[in-house]
Amino acid sequence: MIIIASDKALPPNNTSASTDSWYESSARQRVENLLDANSFNEFIGPELRETSPHLPLFDLPEQFDDGMIVGYGRLDGIPVLVAAQEGRFMGGAFGEIHGAKLTGLLRAARDIAWLPVLILFDTGGVRLQEANAGELAIAEIMRALIEARFAGIPVVGLVGGRAGCYGGGGLIAGCCSALAVSEQGRISVSGPEVIETNRGLEEFDSKDRALVWRTMGGKHRRLIGGAEVFADDTVASFRDAARFLIKHAPSMSLEMLEAEQFRLTQRIEQFGTCADAADIWRSLGATKPQSIPALPHPDFVALANDLQEPHYVAR
Amino acid sequence: METLNYRANAPQRAKGSKRQVIVGVVASGNLEVLAERVLPDSECEVDIRTAAEGFGEVWQAVVADFVERRSPGGLKFSINDGGARPDTVALRLAQAVSAIEGERT
Repeated sequence: MIIIASDKALPPNNTSASTDSWYESSARQRVENLLDANSFNEFIGPELRETSPHLPLFDLPEQFDDGMIVGYGRLDGIPVLVAAQEGRFMGGAFGEIHGAKLTGLLRAARDIAWLPVLILFDTGGVRLQEANAGELAIAEIMRALIEARFAGIPVVGLVGGRAGCYGGGGLIAGCCSALAVSEQGRISVSGPEVIETNRGLEEFDSKDRALVWRTMGGKHRRLIGGAEVFADDTVASFRDAARFLIKHAPSMSLEMLEAEQFRLTQRIEQFGTCADAADIWRSLGATKPQSIPALPHPDFVALANDLQEPHYVAR
Repeated sequence: METLNYRANAPQRAKGSKRQVIVGVVASGNLEVLAERVLPDSECEVDIRTAAEGFGEVWQAVVADFVERRSPGGLKFSINDGGARPDTVALRLAQAVSAIEGERT
C-alpha cells in the first residue's frame, strides 16, 4: 500500500481538507480528501514506475504515475473505483500509459459489476507527443466506459481542475452517466485557442476570458444540461455531488439513448440561433442573464433549479 | 535529459515506518520526489532525472546540504525534475522526509 503525502499544510486531524479548493488541489490531494480517511488503495502506484514510453524519445521528463492515479476506496462508506488526472503534469493530457490505467479501471468496473466509478477530470486532451497512442486510448476508454455502463455501473465525472476537461477528455465526459462541474471547471472538445486558430478571432477570441467561461464554464454547462450538478469549488461540495450522482445516475438503455437524442434535438431547435451563451440564458427565462457569471454558488444553484430541472433521465 | 546519482552515508535512520511517499509534480520549475525506505539504515541515495542539463554541481551541493540537515538514513529518493530551482528542490526533499517520517506536510 502506498502512503500519500499532500502538498500543503494541513492541521493534524485534517479537518480543513473538506473546505480545500478543488481547483488548487493536486490530483493526489483530491483523491485523499474526497475519499474516507486512509481508505484509498492505489493500483499501479508510482513506485512501479510505469512511465510513458514516448516522452523519453522527445527528451521530456516523465512522471512516475504518468499523471493518472487509479485505485479503490470508500466514499462515505460506499466502495468506489477512482481515477484522477494531474492537470499540472503535461496539462493532464492523455498518453498511452495514462489512458491505459483508466481503460483498465473501467474494464475492472465492468467485470466486477457492482463498484461505481468516479473520474476526476483535469485534462487538455491528448498528449501531442503520443498522438496516435493517446487517440487510441481515448477510443478504448470510451468503449470501456460504455461497457461498464451497460453492465449497470454508474460512471460519474467530476470537473473542476485548472486544465478543465477538453479534447478527448470532453468526449469521455460526454459518455459518463452524470457530471458535476464547478465554476472553474470547463467542459468542451476544442479549446479556446484551437477554435481561434482554426476559425479566426471573429469566431472566438481566446483571450476574452469572460467569453471562455461564459461558453465553456460550469454554469453554462449546468444550464444547458451538459452537467447535472453545479458544485462549489470545495472537496466537500464535490463529495456531496459524487454521492448524489452515484445514487441518481441513469442506467444505460435504448430508451435512455433515445431520450438523450430527443433532448439534444430539442436543444438545438431551441437555442440553435443564439449567438452567445447569454442569449441562451435569456431564452431559458433568466431575467438578468448578464448577472449570472457573478452569482455566488448557492444563488446560482437556486436559479439553475428554477430555470431548468437537471435531466437525470437522459445521458 | 540528464541522469545524476548521489549516494551518501547518513548518521541516523529516518524516523517512522512508512514505506514510501510521493510529493510534488513534474511541471515547469517543479519536481516530484518519490521516497522509498529500501536501503540500509546508514545509507541514502538520490536518483535524479532532470530536463535541465549541466547543473550537476548545484545538485550535488543541494543533496549534500539536505543529507547533512535531515540525515535520511534508509531512504532512496527518486526525482523527476522539470527544471526546478535549487530552493524548490530543497523544499521538496524536506517535504518528502517529513511525509515519510509521519509529519503532516
